[in-house]
Amino acid sequence: MKLPTFLACLLLAAAGSLAAAPAKAPPLPSDSVYQLPLKLTDQHGKSWDWRRKRGQPQLVSMFYSSCQYICPLIVESGKAVERALTPAQRARLGVMMISMDPARDTPATLARMARQRHIDDRRWSLASPAADDVRSVAGVLDVRYRQLSDGEFNHTSVLILLDADGRMLARTEKIGSDVDPAFVAKVRAAL
Amino acid sequence: MRLKFAIVLFTVPVAVALAAGGAAWVKLPGGSFRSALKYEDAATTRVAAFELQKRPVTNAEFLAFVQAHPQWRRGKAPPVLAEPRYLQHWAGPVELGAKAQPQQPVVNVSWFAAQAYCQAQDARLPTWSEWEYAAAADETRRDARKDPAWRERILGWYSRPSSGPLPRAGLQAANAYGVQDLHGLVWEWTDDFSSLLVDPESRNQGDPDKSKFCGAGALSMDDRDNYAVLMRVAMLSSLQARDTTANLGFRCARDIRK
Repeated sequence: MKLPTFLACLLLAAAGSLAAAPAKAPPLPSDSVYQLPLKLTDQHGKSWDWRRKRGQPQLVSMFYSSCQYICPLIVESGKAVERALTPAQRARLGVMMISMDPARDTPATLARMARQRHIDDRRWSLASPAADDVRSVAGVLDVRYRQLSDGEFNHTSVLILLDADGRMLARTEKIGSDVDPAFVAKVRAAL
Repeated sequence: MRLKFAIVLFTVPVAVALAAGGAAWVKLPGGSFRSALKYEDAATTRVAAFELQKRPVTNAEFLAFVQAHPQWRRGKAPPVLAEPRYLQHWAGPVELGAKAQPQQPVVNVSWFAAQAYCQAQDARLPTWSEWEYAAAADETRRDARKDPAWRERILGWYSRPSSGPLPRAGLQAANAYGVQDLHGLVWEWTDDFSSLLVDPESRNQGDPDKSKFCGAGALSMDDRDNYAVLMRVAMLSSLQARDTTANLGFRCARDIRK
């Protein structure tokens, strides 16, 4: 590596470590998915790193809004988990639905989906990563997908429960309004 | 056709000689080919022209990367991005030692680490289609896959025990594009390894109700005699992005700069 490049890397690394040590929050556990930096843009057009969700257990899934068949079921699964909770428990749970199709899932599209699906806008984030980050977030969540030539996706459908620090507590591939009771039990236990 | 082929053979070494630092880059022309995988949405796969590193990334090159990017040192990289076996064959976080010769391909690297390395070179991991396209070639033909002798040779490598030390990268003859070691050295990560939706429950093949995947279902093999590709796909599809293995390395690719 050329010397100027090396120096630039050192400077960048130094700047990075300064930026990464602001608040008094304890360091992230090493097995937290939030170890992956991930900027998301939500249905309100706001951009934030998903670490902002730290401090509250989260229900997480990946979807794409133009999906005709399974993705509405993913949203329904999230709502079904919520229905199985008391209002007090529900208030302590956040929901993050992350798009695998950022090219089409713009804030306007996500906002429309939130309206159509009657989603609780305060606790649910429908959000898109940058196109280059989709594989990475799918990687930490172990979601598999392939885009087809017609723009649809083949993908695995999962609901994942993260604790307040982003550690995976449970996952289920049972999708639909008939929720997996073992998964719901773990959600209750986490709240 | 033959003339065009000769020109390619002549120009590839020039492109290689121009590359600076790290592994050399080889320019591959775009083209269409028939994947050994059966995609439900397209009979042929179109690959745009791209550049691929001539050989897999070595221990020495990866060492330079972790020296410049301490967050990717063994013990520093979080286990959600690189499992505990990450770089376990190195003597220390920034020391290769006896079990990791500088010119051997780096192994025990996760997909996240491989991707970070390529990003640091202003590059990316190749897609599965790019890798399969480049790896279809033998020394003289861009698509040698129908040749039983070529298949036998590749299978010969897979049947050798993998317990001995890895050979150095870049020793094997280059293929028709000028790329080395696509077969016969290590497995390699691809950017979209997790798009290889192969259902581990092979009995579910063709039964969408039982499939793990929604949409049109799991991929199946179009060319069932191509065991070399079949094994690679089976291996890659079984991995998570944080996983590492003693025989899995990578090389980078990049788009052609205009």
